[in-house]
Amino acid sequence: MLKDITIGQYFPGTSVVHRIDARFKIVITAVFIVMLFSASNYSALCVPLVFFAIAFMASKLSAKLMIKSMKPIVPVIIITSILNIFFIDGVSVIKIWKLNITDNGLYTSGFMIIRLIALICGSSLLTYTTSPITLTDALEQMLKPLAKIKFPAHELAMMMTIALRFIPTLIEETDKIMQAQKARGAELDSGSIPQRAKALVPILIPLFVSSFRRAEELALAMECRCYNGGEGRTKLKTLVSGGKDYAALSLSIFFLSVVFILDLGKVSF
Amino acid sequence: MIIKLEDLTYTYSQGTPFEKTAVDHVDLEIEEGTLVGIIGHTGSGKSTLIQHLNGLIKPTSGKVYIDGEDIHAKGVDLKKIRFKVGLVFQYPEYQIFEETVYKDISFGPRNMGLSEEDVDRRVRSAAAMVGLDDSLLDKSPFELSGGQKRRVAIAGVMAMEPKVLILDEPTAGLDPKGREVILSQIKEYHDKTGSTVLLVSHSMEDVARFAEKILVMNKGKVFCYDDPPGVFTRAEEINAVGLSVPQITKVFIELKKRGLDIRTDVYTVDFALKTIKEYLEEKGGAVNA
Repeated sequence: MLKDITIGQYFPGTSVVHRIDARFKIVITAVFIVMLFSASNYSALCVPLVFFAIAFMASKLSAKLMIKSMKPIVPVIIITSILNIFFIDGVSVIKIWKLNITDNGLYTSGFMIIRLIALICGSSLLTYTTSPITLTDALEQMLKPLAKIKFPAHELAMMMTIALRFIPTLIEETDKIMQAQKARGAELDSGSIPQRAKALVPILIPLFVSSFRRAEELALAMECRCYNGGEGRTKLKTLVSGGKDYAALSLSIFFLSVVFILDLGKVSF
Repeated sequence: MIIKLEDLTYTYSQGTPFEKTAVDHVDLEIEEGTLVGIIGHTGSGKSTLIQHLNGLIKPTSGKVYIDGEDIHAKGVDLKKIRFKVGLVFQYPEYQIFEETVYKDISFGPRNMGLSEEDVDRRVRSAAAMVGLDDSLLDKSPFELSGGQKRRVAIAGVMAMEPKVLILDEPTAGLDPKGREVILSQIKEYHDKTGSTVLLVSHSMEDVARFAEKILVMNKGKVFCYDDPPGVFTRAEEINAVGLSVPQITKVFIELKKRGLDIRTDVYTVDFALKTIKEYLEEKGGAVNA
């Protein structure tokens, strides 16, 4: 069902990875992505993988969860690898009818697959180990300097927090409404495309109505608690950075430089 | 047996850290035409259990038989089962979507593929059953009050004329008068149509007054399934699992504790009155009640 979606879900824990300052985690994830995309050969690509493996072990999450997070991108991976295999020039390895499978094609598509998987796993690790609220808090603080040029950092963070907060609620609500309409004999998963589109009406209308109701209630509740924007607002949990955060960041930068060295050294298979 | 459950188990989010067994090896048989009250704590598995009865959720293990038919067997049309077992969810007014009350109530019957006259008859009789005036039928359901919306939603399921009607806390969030009205309408529906009705509720009082049989759920298991006197004689056990018995039953239990030789399976005020009269007569006292 809809509830099985794990992307963007947070799994509470007390591991080192969970405890690292969220701002650092965001930066480290960015460094990780730079590593992935600056690696130009397989040996350089191993570096971010090793880095991820260390972080993953330290997070004490189950491998099953990671694999589950891959599910939604399987079609993307298949399509990109097929395109890469067949449409890159090089020395032909296997020939099927008019389609050439080349050495370069295999090389590049393998590269792409690893990159994509590592990208998803890396960013999933960030969201699995950081609660959405902390994540937006961190973003808000990182964007704060931009407030000088009238960038609405607080408003943006608040909107993100609210949106993230309501994703599970809306999923649950959708599930409930779907069940209720199914109980009245609505057919959602069969019929022609126009029929299916029409079958969505009994779900979308109640969902819209309840979203507006929720928004109104939330606005009222926020006003009752004297919310008046970001100015002068203090945090219950302030983000504190310490030694382990700098250590983790240094480690990621170290790995990044290794990638650069391997890229320059042209050590390749 | 209209409903038969065999070793039914359901586990939420299997394989994640949030795994939870909501229904735990339940065996149950419900006779046709009974008004059953289902009671239990939040999270005792009531809502999950009833969603199994029309095939909205598939059990992790075990079997569900409706009218003798295994609903998850191959070749069974779940849609037909859903017309046979009507389910009214908690806060059903949030599922309303049509422009008019009439259209919303007719959504179910129309899905059944009935003729226009048949749909019309069913909509009108269901609306009358829940006490919705004819003049309301052409109004937008979004203009109605909360209590009226709820009745529209209940009528929407009643209009399918299911053999089994299940209502999940139909009185939640209503004022005492609204509760009373809805409960007596459900009772009336049961008496008139002779259909099986399952009523999920938090309130022992409500259940005690209307139900012919009571199913007490605790931690995903059936704690007991019996007629009201049978259930309330086990008042102490029920208290022990954190559910309360009706106020009036408490009075009688306390009386017994204080040394009166009186029965304790009393659960309605009328019956309490009769019991006290009998008791006093037995003692030879004058009765002027």
